[in-house]
Amino acid sequence: MTTERTKACIIDRVGMERTLARLAAEIVERNRGAGNIALIGIRTRGAPLAHRLAKLISSLEGGKNIPVGILDITLYRDDYLISRKTPKVRATEIPFDIQDRAVVLVDDVLYTGRTVRAAIDAVLDYGRPDRIQLAVLVDRGGREMPVAGDFVGKKLVTSPGEEVRVHLEEVDGRDEVIIVELSSESA
Amino acid sequence: MSPHNKIDLEPPVLTHLLGLDGVPEPVITEILDTAENFLAVLERPIPKVPSLRGVTVANLFFENSTRTRISFELAEKRLSADTINFSTSGSSVAKGETLLDTVKNIEAMKVDVVVMRHWAAGSSKFLADRIDAKVVNAGDGTHEHPTQGLLDMLTIRRKLGALKGLKVLILGDIAHSRVARSNIFGLLNCGAEVKVCGPATLIPREAESLGVEVIPDLDEGLKWCNVVNVLRLQLERMSQGLIPSLRDYQRRYGLTRLRLEKAAKDIVVMHPGPMNRGVEIDSNVADGPWSVILSQVKHGVAVRMAALFLISGREKDEG
Repeated sequence: MTTERTKACIIDRVGMERTLARLAAEIVERNRGAGNIALIGIRTRGAPLAHRLAKLISSLEGGKNIPVGILDITLYRDDYLISRKTPKVRATEIPFDIQDRAVVLVDDVLYTGRTVRAAIDAVLDYGRPDRIQLAVLVDRGGREMPVAGDFVGKKLVTSPGEEVRVHLEEVDGRDEVIIVELSSESA
Repeated sequence: MSPHNKIDLEPPVLTHLLGLDGVPEPVITEILDTAENFLAVLERPIPKVPSLRGVTVANLFFENSTRTRISFELAEKRLSADTINFSTSGSSVAKGETLLDTVKNIEAMKVDVVVMRHWAAGSSKFLADRIDAKVVNAGDGTHEHPTQGLLDMLTIRRKLGALKGLKVLILGDIAHSRVARSNIFGLLNCGAEVKVCGPATLIPREAESLGVEVIPDLDEGLKWCNVVNVLRLQLERMSQGLIPSLRDYQRRYGLTRLRLEKAAKDIVVMHPGPMNRGVEIDSNVADGPWSVILSQVKHGVAVRMAALFLISGREKDEG
């Protein structure tokens, strides 16, 4: 049997607001304005985060409309043929031309880097962006691919026996990031 | 992405796709939902995904078919699978022998998926029971043609929003039609109503036991339905004495503009192709505002991608 214990709350509601505000500012700063930016959130929790960041960037840039897309990476996973169960394919919605844009991929947690690898491949099938950057709320280490976040909310060192759980108002009814410790016990 | 954040994991739904008989509504819905996403992929600048990289698909066609084979082949290529094609209209070999020979060849080539069209009803089940590869039935005799049934259902769903409660009339040679059977099974499983219309000689004896009512008069049928699926009339039915003449058939069961106008309502017209224009369907109907025939062709590629994708992701031994 697996039991779990909440080890720590690393970002609370107010902390999440501050973190996202900083990420939005960094994205604008690095790209010298919001002129060419488009955000693409990776399903599931990257999507609401992308919408929030777009709103924040828009208010920093005098109400400029920031295009937001949602990406489902199921068709690009590297474990599709070997995993015993299959995740449901969901819609990808990129309602703008990504050609020559600065695309900022948005996800909640950066861990192995495999999701980001899949997302980059998926984005390139929609056209040739000027550049692709990565914004994540949490970087928990443990990379299995040479991938790095350009905009990182919080950097953590975690062990494989721990899980980082991001809860968002839009999906889970509350804003927080917690670390959960998992332990296997024989019953 | 932490494990907890992974998208929901679904239980296995498909190991083979042999028919729509007995396939429950949630499974059909998952195939159609997945196909919707592949339709979006087909609209992209690069209409191809890497999902089936490394998967080998053999297309075995023991009966002539151009469009179904092309549709499957395109679906496979759009998924990045490797494909091999084998076609024969051979009839000199006894059927048991032919299939067993095929089985041995398949196993030697180590293919992952077999797409088969064969003139013998039940042949895809026969194959599925004897090889390790997964099998997709691309039409077996007068038994089933599940991907055609699914693409018809996707077309109806996209046009009219939902399948439940819809009234679908299948018109023509029901007795010899695997398209009719797959449509009947799939539509009934999804809560649609189905009735059939055609000459008594071309209505199967088991129609009632399939759960469909027979409407002998086409005008009555059109008054009743939201969708009419017009089947191809095989011209050899005349030499077999099952219909008196093409002209007689056209007069009583041909879908004409006049009949549709007389019904005075919105009716969606489908046809699995290839059409005999002027026999079972008039040109001004096939090319007119009622027709979704070219959408059917487009949806065929997406539905086949969905079927191939879903059966490839799962262990054969599971469920």
